[in-house]
Amino acid sequence: MRHSIYIYILLMALVTYAIRALPILAFTREIRSPFFKSFLYYVPYAALASMTFPAILTATASPISGLLAFVVALWMAYRKKSLLLVALSACGAVFLAERGMDLARAMQLI
Amino acid sequence: MLIFCVPVREKTEVEALNRENFRMGMRDGIPIALGYFAVSFAFGMTAVADGMRGMDAVIISATNVTSAGQFAGLGIILGDGSYLEILLSQLVINLRYMLMSFSLAQRMEPDAPLYKRLLMSFGVTDEIFGISITRPGYVRPDFHLGAMAVAIPGWVLGTATGAVMGKLLPAMILSALSVAIYGMFLAIIIPPMEKDHSLLGLVLAAMSLSAALAYGPELLEGALGLVSGLLPRLSSGTSVIIVTVFAAALFAWIRPLPQEEADADAAEEDREKVPADSTGNGGEKGRKK
Repeated sequence: MRHSIYIYILLMALVTYAIRALPILAFTREIRSPFFKSFLYYVPYAALASMTFPAILTATASPISGLLAFVVALWMAYRKKSLLLVALSACGAVFLAERGMDLARAMQLI
Repeated sequence: MLIFCVPVREKTEVEALNRENFRMGMRDGIPIALGYFAVSFAFGMTAVADGMRGMDAVIISATNVTSAGQFAGLGIILGDGSYLEILLSQLVINLRYMLMSFSLAQRMEPDAPLYKRLLMSFGVTDEIFGISITRPGYVRPDFHLGAMAVAIPGWVLGTATGAVMGKLLPAMILSALSVAIYGMFLAIIIPPMEKDHSLLGLVLAAMSLSAALAYGPELLEGALGLVSGLLPRLSSGTSVIIVTVFAAALFAWIRPLPQEEADADAAEEDREKVPADSTGNGGEKGRKK
């Protein structure tokens, strides 16, 4: 079934804005439930984690370079490097890995 | 004589304060704008590389200003997901902004006009919320709006630039750059683990579950000798929703935030309901720090 890109975008924008504007309009008391606060605290980490793996394995030309990028990014992030440096390191790892694989293929090693 | 002078002087003083707050917001928003440019560049590039029109990617960025939400939405759109998936994914992933808006509303300057509050809502992002809420005293709408005025164009421009580059760059570069967003995601979720060990468990749980949903059906079919395609294959959007809700709820249950932290936040908000300026407007609590 074909979906309209504009309806997709409209829905995204409406939901996102409603979420952000409702508390300002509704004057409701602050939510103090420890469970809910904890849940909302964990959501972004869970979301980003689930979007990263295993998707990173299939984002590149080969799952091997994807896996390497994953490991390199994990290491750089663990070392608290900047957002940009982590991203570029992952990209660099993919580039080098794929060129290496091209070379190995050309030399008929794999 | 004084009675007639005071209202006029107050009004222009307030306006001057607002302009000053706006300027400071713009200044503090610059680092955010730079970070946004980088992340939205990856968004624009990924969107275009996967077949979306550049203009559409820019429109998404301009109307949403979320990073996790936009990437999730992108996956669903490219996979021709249902409108319900888009709704649910955005709801779940962006739900934390509701808590942030609550926090801002609780500490808002009492006289803030409605139109400013509605405008502010549009720019409730992790980073802009962060700089607004950590300023002492009331939340100043103009400060928040000033940050938005700089950061949101950074987000939109980054998307546009990424979209253009996505069309120009050769495939081997694109393959390498495609992992940029994942690198950024990891740069966001890994460092906080040092202080909060629960996050490690959460991230491992989320990744394992995500992998299970992605490869499980195929593996099960092979192991049990079932007809290929019998077990459902979840779209990326549904998978993200299920994993996020399940993992976050599980850890909220087994590893809730320390009560002292939640109570300390509430106490801090009560204490700081004191205006930064020296006009007679006392906060509802009226206590000084």
